[in-house]
Amino acid sequence: MTFLSRMPAWIGHHVAAIRVVIVLTLLVGLAYPLGMTAIAQIPGLDRSAQGSALIGAGGKQAGSELIGQSFLDKKGNPIPYYFQPRPSNAGTGYDASASAAGNLGPESTVDVLPVKGEPDSGKQSLLTQVCARSKAVGDLEHVDGSRPYCTADGVGAVLGVFRDGGTTGRATRVVSVNQACPAQPFVATYESVTVTCATPGEDYGTAVVTPVRGDAPAHPEVPADAVTASASGLDPQISPAYAELQAPRVARERGMDEDSLRKLIDRYTSGRGLGVLGAPAVNVVQLNAALDRTHPVKGA
Amino acid sequence: MYAWLQATLILAVVVALHVPLGDYMAKALDGGPHGRTERVLYKVCGVDPDREQDWRHYLFALLAFSLMSIAALFALFTLQGKLPWSTGHEGMPWRLALHTAVSFTTNTSWQNYAGESTTGHLAVMAGLGVQAFASAAVGICAALALIRGLVRRDTAQLGNFWVDLNRTIFRVILPLSIVSGIILIALGVPQNLGGAHTVTTVAGGQQTLLGGPVGSWEPLKLMSGDGGGVFNANSAHPFENPSAYTNAIEIVLMLLIPTAFIRTYGRMIGSLRQSWTLLAVVGILFGLLLAAGSLAQNVHSGTVTAAVGGQYEGTETRVGIPGSTLFGVAATGSADGAANSAYDSFSSFGGGVLLSAMMLGEIAPGGTGSGLYGLIIAVMIAVFIGGLMVGRTPEYLRKRIGFPEMRYVVLYALVAPTAILGCSALAVALGQGQSSMGNPGPHGLTELVYAYTSNVNSNGSAMAGFNGATDFHNLLMSAAMLIGRYVPMVFLLALAGRLARQQPGVVTVGTLQARGVNFIALATGAALILALLNFLPALSLGPLAEGLL
Repeated sequence: MTFLSRMPAWIGHHVAAIRVVIVLTLLVGLAYPLGMTAIAQIPGLDRSAQGSALIGAGGKQAGSELIGQSFLDKKGNPIPYYFQPRPSNAGTGYDASASAAGNLGPESTVDVLPVKGEPDSGKQSLLTQVCARSKAVGDLEHVDGSRPYCTADGVGAVLGVFRDGGTTGRATRVVSVNQACPAQPFVATYESVTVTCATPGEDYGTAVVTPVRGDAPAHPEVPADAVTASASGLDPQISPAYAELQAPRVARERGMDEDSLRKLIDRYTSGRGLGVLGAPAVNVVQLNAALDRTHPVKGA
Repeated sequence: MYAWLQATLILAVVVALHVPLGDYMAKALDGGPHGRTERVLYKVCGVDPDREQDWRHYLFALLAFSLMSIAALFALFTLQGKLPWSTGHEGMPWRLALHTAVSFTTNTSWQNYAGESTTGHLAVMAGLGVQAFASAAVGICAALALIRGLVRRDTAQLGNFWVDLNRTIFRVILPLSIVSGIILIALGVPQNLGGAHTVTTVAGGQQTLLGGPVGSWEPLKLMSGDGGGVFNANSAHPFENPSAYTNAIEIVLMLLIPTAFIRTYGRMIGSLRQSWTLLAVVGILFGLLLAAGSLAQNVHSGTVTAAVGGQYEGTETRVGIPGSTLFGVAATGSADGAANSAYDSFSSFGGGVLLSAMMLGEIAPGGTGSGLYGLIIAVMIAVFIGGLMVGRTPEYLRKRIGFPEMRYVVLYALVAPTAILGCSALAVALGQGQSSMGNPGPHGLTELVYAYTSNVNSNGSAMAGFNGATDFHNLLMSAAMLIGRYVPMVFLLALAGRLARQQPGVVTVGTLQARGVNFIALATGAALILALLNFLPALSLGPLAEGLL
């Protein structure tokens, strides 16, 4: 103490600061988390502390109940006897070591089309991702996959309108910017100008971006969570509506009646907490694991 | 309907808890004897707990501590690969290490890296963990000094920084962290020191699952106003926020200490009426933000939103859209900056509301300590305007708010807008803003302005499509955070020093009383108008343009 009080104040503060940082590192940087780890070993806490392991059909750990998984085959197609989760942006899909969101905004509507010979050179807009997923899910479940602002071939229905006054005036040229040639544009004419397909690599930056609503129903048959990615890319759950849409297919593929499948869905559906918190959700990972136990698929 | 019930329930819990916690904090933090173990700690650290400091020494101690904290974090991050529990991660490159060290020391926790691929267990526990405790406590220390300046008379002494720091950490944040950490672990948050392990999934694929001390970090991340994630997805990650229940608890934790500290303030100045007045101002501002955010998220304004049929992109199923909106408003209004959804994918106006919550200056309810002192600054501006209107010398808590005091208040209030707009403009002028944008058009500008608003205001939330992981942004953001955190503190402590030296004035019939409906309206209005004047042009070019075009 006497040693410190004889030093100029500004040095004294720094010496004290170093000591405090060291003491804090030992007490709250090490003792606190290690103590919490010790507390987490007590029965009742230990299961979740270890990551809520999901036990698979063979009795071995097959993941975590909390972390979503991919149910695609090696070619990237949905395995029909499993409930499908939401789209994922974590790594190549449900990569638990690379959680991530897509981070595209509500006006991400124009694709960068891949140029010939370089299939990876393009970048899909969020709108086209949504349209493509909706069409794919519609095809898989045999329902109408159409959505507002989507073309029948599953890209964003967006026109690039060149006007003689820049952003105003008469339309001089109209391009369906997300439909690469030789695709058939989703409308033939716009303001009596013929709509053309888009040439990859060409710059349509000066055109006015004009999304076209189309005549798709306001409430599409494919639920919203089936066409949108979660924020973590690891969402283990889907909405009850999406589970309901998939139920007939899974029941058919597994040769089970839909009633017993619905009972199983109910078991893995969490309602709103205390009746008001969050949203109802069906845990796809647990549900699929349970299906493999109770109604295994032969040869899978 | 569920949305409003959920919000009402969560906010009611916050208001209910803020009373006992605020009262306890007033007793624990200010005055009273030192504990025996505390005396040992002070001895080990070589500080005299009974010697008070004037505003200069208080400030020097605070800055010295922050500087050493940055140095310690910088060393820990760059040397990570050579230390134990790195779980295989290498040291960070120095610019990223500098940014991260500044980020966590300033209570910002903007992360220019993905947690799971960059920080090992030691960096999370002894690096981020220590500074979550410490940076939250530093905010409370500065606020305590200001409160003493208002309460005390005819003195230069504002308390002892080391005592305030120690008490905030060990008497308030640590016990709360232990209790809420155990609750979160029980509800599914992992707490282990395991590394990555690969399993065969249900469908026969491979998945690499991560472990980590998440349960001890999570309550800290939320309560301290820190907000940085162990994982890239932050509180959207199912390990950080496994259910609707944990989501509700996390929102409560974010709002808890800043709200309770308003009560502590009331206790310390001996006027609970004043703390209810301030709580009303905070409540109105928060309510306005939440109402605007909910409205924006439910009215399908964007093209993609209309195609999807709702604001589902970037939200988690278990949380739902209302749970994401409430979390977002709480995270940006409280300076915490955690995220349980992708703010970049919010509706144009919804993202604009989150941005506005930060632009208010982090006062609804703001960060730990920093929320209260920001609020007191707004109140002083209101008092000053009100005093001019009634033609009396402006006074607050019987202290005159004259020209010398207002000079510090105005300087304080100018730092954040100047730094935010200056840094954003600089980034755009040098072309570094555009190249980091993850979205085209006005949304890209929103991302950039959001990034610098978040950094300057010590928030740390992000529109994560923006790529801050470049040398330019690592360095400019570091400067932005240092300016945004410490320059206002300099003016604040100088103001506290001036106020402490004053003799209290006499309350007369003509004195503008800082209470009642009129004053609440005046203070709320002053805060809103200041923020609008500063930021409306930037908001018009970003979220407003995107939503209206």
